[in-house]
Amino acid sequence: MSAAPQPPPAAGRTLLEVRGLVKHFPLKGKRIDGSPAVVRAVDGIDFQVREGETLGVVGESGCGKSTAARLLMRLIEPTAGEVVFDGMGVGSRDLPLKAFRRQVQMVFQDSYSSLNPRLTIEDSIAFAPRVHGTPARESVERARDLLARVGLEPRRYAERYPHELSGGQRQRVNIARALALQPRVVILDEATSALDKSVEAQVLNLLLDLKDAFGLTYVFISHDLHVVRYISDRVMVMYLGQVAELGPCESLFHEPRHPYTRALLASMPTMDPDRRTEEAPLAGDPPNPINPPSGCRFHTRCAFAEPVCASRPPTLGSGYGGHPVSCLMHEPGSGHSAARAGA
Amino acid sequence: MNIAVDSTKIPAPVFERSPGYWSSVWRRFRRDRVAMAAASVVVGLLLLALLGPWIVPADPYQSSMLNRLKPIGTPGFPLGTDELGRDMLSRLMLGTRLSLFLGITPVLAAFVIGTCLGLLAGYAGGPVNTVIMRTIDVFYAFPSVLLAIALSGALGAGIFNSLLSLTIVFVPPIARVAESVTTQVRNRDFVEAARASGAHAFTIVRVHVLGNVLGPIFVYATSLIAVSMILASGLSFLGLGVKPPEPEWGLMLNTLRTAIYTQPWIAALPGVMIFITSISFNTLSDGLRSAMDVKQ
Repeated sequence: MSAAPQPPPAAGRTLLEVRGLVKHFPLKGKRIDGSPAVVRAVDGIDFQVREGETLGVVGESGCGKSTAARLLMRLIEPTAGEVVFDGMGVGSRDLPLKAFRRQVQMVFQDSYSSLNPRLTIEDSIAFAPRVHGTPARESVERARDLLARVGLEPRRYAERYPHELSGGQRQRVNIARALALQPRVVILDEATSALDKSVEAQVLNLLLDLKDAFGLTYVFISHDLHVVRYISDRVMVMYLGQVAELGPCESLFHEPRHPYTRALLASMPTMDPDRRTEEAPLAGDPPNPINPPSGCRFHTRCAFAEPVCASRPPTLGSGYGGHPVSCLMHEPGSGHSAARAGA
Repeated sequence: MNIAVDSTKIPAPVFERSPGYWSSVWRRFRRDRVAMAAASVVVGLLLLALLGPWIVPADPYQSSMLNRLKPIGTPGFPLGTDELGRDMLSRLMLGTRLSLFLGITPVLAAFVIGTCLGLLAGYAGGPVNTVIMRTIDVFYAFPSVLLAIALSGALGAGIFNSLLSLTIVFVPPIARVAESVTTQVRNRDFVEAARASGAHAFTIVRVHVLGNVLGPIFVYATSLIAVSMILASGLSFLGLGVKPPEPEWGLMLNTLRTAIYTQPWIAALPGVMIFITSISFNTLSDGLRSAMDVKQ
């Protein structure tokens, strides 16, 4: 097979694009007005992942981060919206699902549950290449190469079973497994969250090394802001199934624009005793995604909420310049007192 | 006390191939004395079934009106004779064959069918699961003994029909166990990861699901062998299974019941064999379960 030579990756070219992605999980029974009850896990998100970058995704538990990851991988079918990879719609004739999955792989949070206990780790890693038609011996060779790349001596570990490894070693195996198909994008769904801090740091550095070595693009999902800040180029903040703010890592951490992002950042533990706070910046749990608040979904917990916030949903936009944010305060002519009238 | 350690005596670490799952199961099973005893009884019974016709001390079909119902210990008849004067020892030995055959075959057939149904229902989920599992629930409306008798009665007497009816009786419970373990495994992340690699559902079931569900289903099926033997004996007892003069423990129990007041020990012998066999299979299954039950 003579493939056309790959054009050099243009810096910042959009590799993965998500358009209006929605996932509603149906519930049994109906709501009081007769409409079917659904959990709005992901409720209309748009974003792009550029080639070679790391997009961090943060948010509280239950905000739809993991659902978004599974939608990206097409492990679950979206209710609406589409994912476009390299200009081709996923699942279309140009890019069948199997071909797409060769390009995009995923690492799960639970390192234990994500490895088959009955297979040696080299067999687990070699499974995906075998599925895509690589001969058995070559697949095992590739698995052993990858084990070496993730820092596990193949002679010592290749024929071991998952229960004989530590959590950090298992997660290295999972990373090797995700890389076995030589993908271009790797989705890391809380991939380091379950590890000890010291091991987590090692795995994060390993991820950065692998990214350089294989020219990977990462979607890094985490609830740990420190980790996201360390590894990401751009960060997307999610709240109740929607995008609250999306911007370059440094500008988002230095000049957060959405009140939710500010509250999240304020909740980060700090080493500076002068900046320690006794008060929790965000009170209560996020509202129920079965029955999300009207208007801006954050208005029930927002310190700057005004009556208009309960009636008018904000749109993700740059407003007065800067990175995109979904807040009426940054939407010209929205009616919020902090927004300038008409633009 | 000298606590200094001579470093030259510390052996270099050896990286040997770690034992596979089944070899570690076997290692744990070997340490379980009760299970090993049960396993050796089962092996003995299987050998007896295999070699029966060649090692019986006397002709098990040769009847003699003069030697009817001789007590245990009679010279020439170590376990006495039955109501037609046939050697009990030889008949019990040869009876192992049919009794084990009737005990194991339906479970084996139901194991294959039930596992397939359970895997399909558990892995496919949704409406497929509903159709299969609700159909199976219908069979639970009848007690298994009644169901076996009713099916055997409807199909007619004979070994094949009793095998068939016992198989039908055992498919639902095995399918139910298979479905529940498959559903558990299906939701683990490694199955999700296999789906993410683009593998076909059939490949995922073969490589990732089967190895994780066969163990528990097998253990459960082993425990059913005893039930199957007892049900098969019951069918023979009612005249729905094996036909005389074939030696089969259930049938022998039936024909000897008239002698229960004159030679109670002889009449009880086939029952003792059924008891030993079923308790061995049950203990074996218990041992297998605890040997397989490890956190991994």
